[in-house]
Amino acid sequence: MLSTETDILSTAEAWRRAGRGVALATVIETWGSAPRPIGSHLVVDAEGNFLGSVSGGCVEGAVITEGMEAIADGRARVVEFGVADETAWRVGLSCGGRIRVYVEPVT
Amino acid sequence: MQLDALTALNAERAARRAVILVTNLDGSAQRVVREAEIAADPLADLLGQRLASGKSGLAEVDGRQLFLTVQAPPVRLVIVGAVHISQALCPMAFALDLDVAVIDPRTAFATPERFPGIDLVTLWPDEAFGGAVPPLDRYCAVAALTHDPKIDDPALMAALRADCFYVGALGSRKTHAARVARLEGAGFSQDTIGRIAAPIGLDIGAVSPAEIAVSILGQIVAAQRAPRSASAR
Repeated sequence: MLSTETDILSTAEAWRRAGRGVALATVIETWGSAPRPIGSHLVVDAEGNFLGSVSGGCVEGAVITEGMEAIADGRARVVEFGVADETAWRVGLSCGGRIRVYVEPVT
Repeated sequence: MQLDALTALNAERAARRAVILVTNLDGSAQRVVREAEIAADPLADLLGQRLASGKSGLAEVDGRQLFLTVQAPPVRLVIVGAVHISQALCPMAFALDLDVAVIDPRTAFATPERFPGIDLVTLWPDEAFGGAVPPLDRYCAVAALTHDPKIDDPALMAALRADCFYVGALGSRKTHAARVARLEGAGFSQDTIGRIAAPIGLDIGAVSPAEIAVSILGQIVAAQRAPRSASAR
């Protein structure tokens, strides 16, 4: 089942209430053929468990790492990613997109 | 994000109320603005526009970069009457990502064969709302299409009371005049009755059921995208 925004934000709240370190990533800007729309969320915990998607898979690993760092240092950050052209081709998008993601700890 | 803010977002979503999360991207501040609070907010115009568009996005205010996360409830279309027009309307409404339900107590009309895959409720409107169909709210559109006042009228009354963002009723001007008289008799004000789109649909000269369905959906989209701040009653 595809996780909806409802699932993601509810999961973020439930994980935090259970005492887990939690960070939330949000797509804030896209250029070109970005696969996930502005406002898309991903939630990650301190162990790297995650739900949701900010890029359809291309840069999820890096966002999860940023999320874990945000949990560790307690600071929000903005990170920017280029979507690799090869990946863009594979999903039928030739131009290669870029996305900016806001990553914040839930405190 | 503070856990309080996250909790508020989830609570508003569960209650089917719109909310906007305003985040300073320098990490200095973040706040939740509920729909009812928008009119009194310093960023009222900006937030009202965002809510109408339903789209999250960046904004620059006083040299600060903000991100506005718009969380609007999914729009529902409740079609009253499992009629020919409804058969054309359902697949088009799905294409617009509307949650669709069809209500008609007449089991000869409301059959799965005529409405494959549709949430069909074979009850009278008053029995359906709050039971098989979730209670109506501001993020609902109601289209009354049976031509039968016994079915259409209670649905229209429920839609007006729930302040649905769109209320439409099929029928000629003469039919509607009689309907207006009945609604006045039931205690509805002229302003409230005036919110009913009747004859239903944009005036595009629609003739076939599919064309009428297009005219109804065009009217629904127009109502949905109109700025909400004016209607924040």
